[in-house]
Amino acid sequence: MSRRILPSGRAALLVECDDLDDVLALHDALDASAPDGLVELVPAARTVLVAVDPRRLPLESAASWIRRASSSSTDASDRMDAAASAEPVVVRVRYDGEDLAAVAAELGLVVDDLVARHTAARWRVAFIGFAPGFAYLVGGSPTDWPFEVRRLAAPRTRVPAGAVGLAGGFSGAYPRESPGGWRLIGRTDAPLWDASAQPPALLAPGTRVRFAAVGP
Amino acid sequence: MNGHRPVNSAPAPGALVVERPGALALVEDLGRPGLAHLGVATSGALDRGALALANRLVGNPDGAAGLELVAGGFLARFRGTHWFAIAGAWGEVRLDGRRIAPYTAARAADGAVLEIGLAERGIRFVLAVRGGLDEPAVLGARAYDTLARFGPPPVEAGRVLPIGAEPEASVPVLDREAAYPPPAGAVTLALLPGPRADWLGEGATTTLYEAEWRMSASADRVGARLEGPELARRPGELPSEATVAGSMQLPPSGRPTILLADRPVTGGYPVVAIVAPESLDLLAQVRPGQAVRFRHG
Repeated sequence: MSRRILPSGRAALLVECDDLDDVLALHDALDASAPDGLVELVPAARTVLVAVDPRRLPLESAASWIRRASSSSTDASDRMDAAASAEPVVVRVRYDGEDLAAVAAELGLVVDDLVARHTAARWRVAFIGFAPGFAYLVGGSPTDWPFEVRRLAAPRTRVPAGAVGLAGGFSGAYPRESPGGWRLIGRTDAPLWDASAQPPALLAPGTRVRFAAVGP
Repeated sequence: MNGHRPVNSAPAPGALVVERPGALALVEDLGRPGLAHLGVATSGALDRGALALANRLVGNPDGAAGLELVAGGFLARFRGTHWFAIAGAWGEVRLDGRRIAPYTAARAADGAVLEIGLAERGIRFVLAVRGGLDEPAVLGARAYDTLARFGPPPVEAGRVLPIGAEPEASVPVLDREAAYPPPAGAVTLALLPGPRADWLGEGATTTLYEAEWRMSASADRVGARLEGPELARRPGELPSEATVAGSMQLPPSGRPTILLADRPVTGGYPVVAIVAPESLDLLAQVRPGQAVRFRHG
């Protein structure tokens, strides 16, 4: 394990991790021990940004806290460890996406098997990407969801809100209508994003998720 | 969300009725920190110091919602009697035709017309009204995020902006004016090393600090692209990572862009440097074509 703490201005540090599993482990360790003065904890694919109010939590203290949390967190063998006690959020999906058949064929599966794997996998939110509430979900273990899915060569100019898709090793759902290059396998009515709700996003980093198939 | 007010007991609520918004008029406060993990940027006034100053001039808390007016050319009418103050950019301000000194509190009578001319120094006026603009809050802030497109919508002609209840603090009496107009010549910004400073190529760090840059026309609340020499950069890509306001990202073109209040929360271009927080307000006032230099912060 070789995490590096990189400078990110006067009020933040960027922690670079080995890989996504290491990000998940560090995020869980930091989240579980958050001190006063922490403003943001933002995981991404390879990093966790730690933003602070430096009057309440000086950067030097934040760096000590990160090092301490780093030494107590081991690379999780199971991505669900930290969130194991929480009940998963169930996202109901109508599996009728435009790319469903093509993706199944690329993965060497029949459509029903792809749906079965997608609903059987234990997902967790790794981080939020490119739009408010757009959660990047990873499988609970490498065997849980071992698939890599190619993105569209040319993104769609309009993907409807609620579209459920796959890209790389991730699954996700579009909280609002937007352009997008994910391969679409279905759609959901789940309230993924509601700016008047508290919290506004259904899926936050660390949240466990299960997909459930609903009839056509 | 705001509660409903009784309709028959309270006096007619005060308001600012916008007749001409100018290039861009947005309701902004100090934004919504703490939601970046959900993909929500802080947003809020680009010149935060100007908003805090204008608010203090009328006795408001620093973070009361005001108007951010790009370039000026703004005309509005007050409904009710209200104190207001304008900070940030510098230009001709008239109340019912009479000139008002910049960065001072003034009292508008019911029906008075406020006219803000074109910005002569700086680019963003901030207008604070005593009581603040009582627009509905979204995610805890009265701030329009131009990228995520939420918050009080951009102000168009005819918009009636409700004014909130007067704060407890009185309008302070100042024995001198706190007037520091944005600079007209080259602006020098303090720069800190970014997390990906090692992506800068041979000689690029020297070039970054020694060159005279120019603010491009591609400068808004999301980011500001600079014109100048091409900065050498390590080739390749980086997985997206979270950025802070002021992050200078360097795409393969070698043309740096500084990410601002409404930036995407994560980005994939390496952040090679970061504009220091104390220089962000100054940066918010740099006009397209104006010269920019960097110093070590």
